[in-house]
Amino acid sequence: MTNPAPIAEPQQMPRLEAAAVPALSIDAVSHSYGPRRALVNVCFNVQPASFTALLGLNGAGKSTLFSLITRLFGIQSGRIGIFGHDISRAPGEALRLLGVVFQPRTLDLDLSLTQNLLYHAALHGISRREAAARSTELLARIGLTERAGSKVRDLSGGQMRRLEIARALLHRPRLLLLDEPTVGLDVKARAEIISHVRQLVTEQGIGVLWATHLFDEIMSGDDLVVLHQGKVLAQGPMSRVISEAGAQDVNTAFMRLTGAQAMPGGGA
Amino acid sequence: MSSITTRDVPRGFSASEYMTCLTGIVWREGLRFLHQRERFVSALVRPLVWLFIFAAGFRQVLGISIIPPYETYILYEVFIAPGLMAMIQLFNGMQSSLSMVYDREMGNMRTLLVSPLPRGFLLFCKLLAGTAVSLLQVYAFLIIAWFWDITPPPIGYLTVLPALILSGLMLGSLGMLISSGIKQLENFAGVMNFVIFPMFFASSALYPLWRVQEGSPYLYYVCQANPFTHAVELIRFALYGQINWISLAVVGVCTIVFMIAAIYAYDPSRGLARREPAGGEG
Repeated sequence: MTNPAPIAEPQQMPRLEAAAVPALSIDAVSHSYGPRRALVNVCFNVQPASFTALLGLNGAGKSTLFSLITRLFGIQSGRIGIFGHDISRAPGEALRLLGVVFQPRTLDLDLSLTQNLLYHAALHGISRREAAARSTELLARIGLTERAGSKVRDLSGGQMRRLEIARALLHRPRLLLLDEPTVGLDVKARAEIISHVRQLVTEQGIGVLWATHLFDEIMSGDDLVVLHQGKVLAQGPMSRVISEAGAQDVNTAFMRLTGAQAMPGGGA
Repeated sequence: MSSITTRDVPRGFSASEYMTCLTGIVWREGLRFLHQRERFVSALVRPLVWLFIFAAGFRQVLGISIIPPYETYILYEVFIAPGLMAMIQLFNGMQSSLSMVYDREMGNMRTLLVSPLPRGFLLFCKLLAGTAVSLLQVYAFLIIAWFWDITPPPIGYLTVLPALILSGLMLGSLGMLISSGIKQLENFAGVMNFVIFPMFFASSALYPLWRVQEGSPYLYYVCQANPFTHAVELIRFALYGQINWISLAVVGVCTIVFMIAAIYAYDPSRGLARREPAGGEG
């Protein structure tokens, strides 16, 4: 077992207090759309400076969970905290520390790259001058400096995603949520985005929650949360989840876990 | 898992952060407006068609007696100008609501709503931005109308501004309230039929209410109860440097009621919360 500790080791933490408070804590969260239960008593944490993959098929409840964390929907039951700030009671403090990349594109296609970034900065109350400096810096990091004045409409899918990630980092959040960010991208763009986000984890200590249904995006050191039909079936370091499922790899582990769920008596 | 500790002493936001946010939202709305030239043109063409064609044909049919705030006999064109100004704002308010539905479908509304600033404030900024755009349209219309002999006193161009801001906010909040209840873009045709047309025709925009009263007392009461009538009258009086107090009160109260209702409807724990995301979830 390569990664025995369920919680990231303190020596990996740039900040000592970070180890004590999870970047994201989901505590007994349930959600229903009328009679349909989309989430059932979901509990898990995302540690700072960790890459947590939220693994689930379409319809597993990933997007509902994201809508709850980002306060698009109100929480029906349970609690969600971002670095200890309850999102229902202190939404401002919580959202300040949160960066999000939604699954659908959320850029203004007719505005330029810089204009999109400046708008987002303004929404966070970041002054124009500071916003301009940060935009320049972030555009350089994602290699789009020359395109700064172009309309977003003219970018490729991969470039748009990189821009969205840059935008999500503009207010320097410490927790980053990404909802299936590589859907519809080619192999090269996918690889670039994954490595970029992993760098953020190791270099800046950002806690990442990465929702996906693509098993090849997960690496051995990652934390895993397996969500199926609104329930968390397994969680923990990837190697532990695999071994506990009695499998050799994530794919088999996932099939075994969700297959078991589909047995008689296990339906939602 | 009980790691949600008691760190919930809000740091709050400074006045300059609020200001940055407000200017940012207005700036973006302005940019979007500039990029949608067709929207500007159609916003202008619509009232001008009424002014140049409808009014020209209709003025032979309908005589206007001297009613306040007018002090002399006026042409029919002059009479309907304030109604057309309000119509610009009505369409703009509903179009902003359309863009909010569009934004929600496209996800732009999500970007707005994950801002850490209070949601009520964000929506208020959005309303102000929409109103600012409607002011550009109305003043462009007034300039063209001036060449068509609609020449209110020069001071009127200034005194009408606060009236336009208030009526713009009222119609914008109404649009926002409606948008919170619309699931999909196609429903905008329904908004046209069930909101815009009835509000516009059952008002004092096209004919003085005493004329309506002669025709149908019931319709007269409907017109009186229509907040759009009061938006029109507020603008009409303000354009001649006067205040219609009743209209001011009605528009003021309606603005507050619509705005609170719209903000309430966009509260995550209510309105939107009960709805499943459009197009299923991933």
